[in-house]
Amino acid sequence: MNQIATSPARTGHVLHRFANPGRFLRLAARVQPYLTVAALVLLVVGIGWGMFFAPADRIQHDAMRIIYIHVPAAWLASSGYLALAVCSVLSLVWRHPLADLAAAEISPVGAAVTAVALATGSIWGRPMWGAWWVWDARLTSVLVLFFLYLGHVALVRAFDDPERGQRAGAILALVGVVNLPIIKFSVDWWNTLHQPASITLSGSPTMDSRMLWPLLFSALGFSLGFGALVMARLRAAVMERRIRGLLLAQAREGNA
Amino acid sequence: MAMSRKHRRLVVLLVCLAGLGAATAFALTALRDNMVFFLAPADIASKAPSVGRTFRIGGLVETGSVAQARQDGKPVARFRVTDGKAAVTVDYAGVLPDLFREGQGVVALGALRADGTFQASEVLAKHDETYMPPEVADALKKSGQWNPPANTR
Repeated sequence: MNQIATSPARTGHVLHRFANPGRFLRLAARVQPYLTVAALVLLVVGIGWGMFFAPADRIQHDAMRIIYIHVPAAWLASSGYLALAVCSVLSLVWRHPLADLAAAEISPVGAAVTAVALATGSIWGRPMWGAWWVWDARLTSVLVLFFLYLGHVALVRAFDDPERGQRAGAILALVGVVNLPIIKFSVDWWNTLHQPASITLSGSPTMDSRMLWPLLFSALGFSLGFGALVMARLRAAVMERRIRGLLLAQAREGNA
Repeated sequence: MAMSRKHRRLVVLLVCLAGLGAATAFALTALRDNMVFFLAPADIASKAPSVGRTFRIGGLVETGSVAQARQDGKPVARFRVTDGKAAVTVDYAGVLPDLFREGQGVVALGALRADGTFQASEVLAKHDETYMPPEVADALKKSGQWNPPANTR
């Protein structure tokens, strides 16, 4: 009995320390400039290196250079959704006030990187495959991911009571989590036109190291950029909520 | 025994996710045959789709099998698609994609004819997951460590 009672309370304590919006604003104001500058520098280095200095592919020639944008965007599309799902669990189970706001701010950025991944893939597919779009398992599951993001964007803003919108959005986000393993393993489970992963945890990458390094720089830049955008949006959302609270209190005082 | 509300919400959430995951896994297993984008020549050898039914075939373009010509001013091509176990002859009238090469992956949409050859209406090139600059490929060829399915140049 005792153990059951204390263990959720302790996790709750740690989580709520980071849930304090005032503490978040103070911390984020200090981290934001470093995050933004680091993201921009890494993006410029990674993409510039890939576009102008890395060697071209033996078969695809310069067309493969789109990888330095397409692959980081696609990674971010999936990992951004994972972040959205984590926020949704925090918001549904622990009623974490900052996670509610974070989820609402992650999904538009996630939708944007997914759109970038789909668009760059399409632009590459036309000359390389001979088709703008095919309905194979990888492309279809990523399109579903895009619609999940858009659905979340719309749903959290669809209620007059923001809390109900956040609950509904969290449930949608968690239902959509089943799509993540489908995206990841679609190229292994089924025959797809899309090629399987070149960089895996288990084997050495099937990509020349002079192409791999700029790709990793660009991916890190995309990740930090995603974080910087979400952090800036989240700071604005917290401040917006504070202002709304102040105006509400002011209006009540005026009535009294 | 009273569970805290957080604890109860967490359990409900985990049960729902487990149920949803299981349902998805069952649905995907049931739809397995419909999720493949193309059939390999070995699949066709063991269980050939009926003549005239549209499907996609995928594999590698067999080295030395490509014959290209012009018919009524349109390019036509005949080549064999192989997966190492079986091979199917494919006929196609139209422009082949840039990446189409002997030894490279290819996916063709079309149907089998009565003689067992495949009449394609669309040919897409499939790229594999290796990326390397030309000089590395040349060096590998020179040292005899070149091991992709077939020579591409």
